[in-house]
Amino acid sequence: MTSHDPQLVHRVREILNDHKGMEGPLLPILHAVQHAFGFVPQEAIPVIAEELQMTRAEVHGVVSFYHDYRDHPPAAHTVRLCRAEACQALGAERVAAHAKAKLGVDWHGQAHGVALEPVFCLGLCACGPAAQVDGKLVARLDEDKFDAILGGMI
Amino acid sequence: MRVHVPLDAAAKALGSDEVAAAIQAEAARRGVEVTLVRNGSRGMVWLEPLVEVATDLGRMAFGPMTTADVAALFDDLKAHPKALGLTEELPWMLRQTRLTFARCGVIDPLSLEEYELHLGLKGLKRALSLSDADIVAEVRDSGLRGRGGAGFPTGIKWETVRTAKADQKYIVCNADEGDSATFADRMLMEGDPFTLIEGMAIAGLAVGATKGYVYTRSEYPDAVAQMTKAIQIARAAGVLGASVLGSGRAFDMEVRVGAGAYVCGEETSLLNSLEGKRGVVRAKPPLPALQGFLGKPTVVNNVISLASVPVILDRGAAFYKNFGMGRSQGTMALQLAGNVKYGGLFETAFGLTLGEIVDDIGGGTATGRPVKAVQVGGPLGAWFPRALFDTPFTYEDFAARGGLIGHAGLTLADDSVDMLKMARFALEFCAIESCGKCTPCRLGAVRGVETVDRIARGDAAAIPLLTDLCETMKSGSLCALGGFTPYPVMSALTHFPGDFAVMREAAE
Repeated sequence: MTSHDPQLVHRVREILNDHKGMEGPLLPILHAVQHAFGFVPQEAIPVIAEELQMTRAEVHGVVSFYHDYRDHPPAAHTVRLCRAEACQALGAERVAAHAKAKLGVDWHGQAHGVALEPVFCLGLCACGPAAQVDGKLVARLDEDKFDAILGGMI
Repeated sequence: MRVHVPLDAAAKALGSDEVAAAIQAEAARRGVEVTLVRNGSRGMVWLEPLVEVATDLGRMAFGPMTTADVAALFDDLKAHPKALGLTEELPWMLRQTRLTFARCGVIDPLSLEEYELHLGLKGLKRALSLSDADIVAEVRDSGLRGRGGAGFPTGIKWETVRTAKADQKYIVCNADEGDSATFADRMLMEGDPFTLIEGMAIAGLAVGATKGYVYTRSEYPDAVAQMTKAIQIARAAGVLGASVLGSGRAFDMEVRVGAGAYVCGEETSLLNSLEGKRGVVRAKPPLPALQGFLGKPTVVNNVISLASVPVILDRGAAFYKNFGMGRSQGTMALQLAGNVKYGGLFETAFGLTLGEIVDDIGGGTATGRPVKAVQVGGPLGAWFPRALFDTPFTYEDFAARGGLIGHAGLTLADDSVDMLKMARFALEFCAIESCGKCTPCRLGAVRGVETVDRIARGDAAAIPLLTDLCETMKSGSLCALGGFTPYPVMSALTHFPGDFAVMREAAE
């Protein structure tokens, strides 16, 4: 399978070049690809596979194993809510239920350009419930704080 | 005026960047010259953002600070509404034994000069004067055991790698701190990254490894950035590179970032992930110490294990061993989390009872309601009821009570927690994060969720089924994910039968 997007192939090849000589380079390459495109495009996989002398299936297997890699462009905004025990002890489930109802989606859904994703631990376990909003960490999240954050995005 | 404002991720999430900006703006407005240092956290998360101002008597602490509290920092400090007193004299600090975290929150994390002023690099310098066997002996004699949770003696692991014959060996730092309630690795990497670098360099000298990797989480962008910068600084200063501190001996390292898979905190999954593969668990043997990264002998140690090595080399095995209790020697960085009044990091010798930790140090719950249960050791740790609060915090005592200390994270929950829900969550989490390699974990977790749901619907016959399933997962899983998920499940069932309605009915 060859790609029909020469620009994409060119960019992926540049990324592959940047990672030459690295031991175990596939995850760093995939992170760089996702950083460049916002997701890991299907067309990038054969290019990576060829360079690393892996099969396309092997590369696909790695991409699909990890929660971080997306096969589609991200929403305009992403809200990640921690679901882990320490945050649950401070009401994370209640806040999550509020967030789902407000957006009208379940986990991994998106509405109004906002994607709602679960995350298991952001390391803010002494000041939960924790969230990450477009990369920025938020502590002691509650319904009002969530509404204010959402109000700033949509 | 010299002011410290933490850059720790928890402090930032609570507004420390905004406070730092407000301090600079206020200083400019008043024409006061301010040296703003972005330090790590002192570990008192309930007081974050904790701002410190240098005075003749020492550093004075203020917290939790908001931008509205900033202007008053430029007036009479003692009259400041958020004044807490001298940082070093706060009860939380006085009660600790800070060996591994001695510099965290104290120094500028990226100043090698301050690091050395605070006894940094002394351990590495001493290691350079010792033979490889003597370095390993020092670590072995200190009694240091794996702080990631397994508690395997670090010195024995190092000896296996040291005596292995290979053209290349590796030091891999497991910084994939995915357990809920744990943040010690993150705090150290953000607040004192040179200590980890020094520990890894010592490990490299001890076993003959010239290359190291820190494998950490994509959920920790601040720690990734801080470690990366610290490595560059250490390399430029000759701490890392072809000739460590001019010794002619090589050691270099880099940071690698995971991609959101909890199971990669398991050492063999981590190695596969580092190699660019699916993070699937490997069967042992072969041990990673003999066939680890790329099939070469590899030390895989947790952040806190490696970061405890510099002080051991500096002060000696006997000094370190002197702390602790029984076969749990040295200090442990307790992480108080969840519904806790005084949450944060507290480093102390092993041996306090769970009750002292929860009630005295943690101050009970943040909500002020009674503590119902404490999960010790992360998502794979057992839930402890108040009846077991006399358990001393050691590897052995927790094992004897059907639990584990893990990475020393403690999640407090008040009396509103439903333990059946927590048991279900543990199994749901295992199902989401299972790597799929072994059947007890892959299928057991899914069947476990269904079985808990049956119990919730009032099916008493499902209880022995859940117990049996947990036995199978415990003894038949390849790694701790499937093998330890039964801990939170069975402890919930055993210690809190009232939350499992059918058990309550059966008893009536």
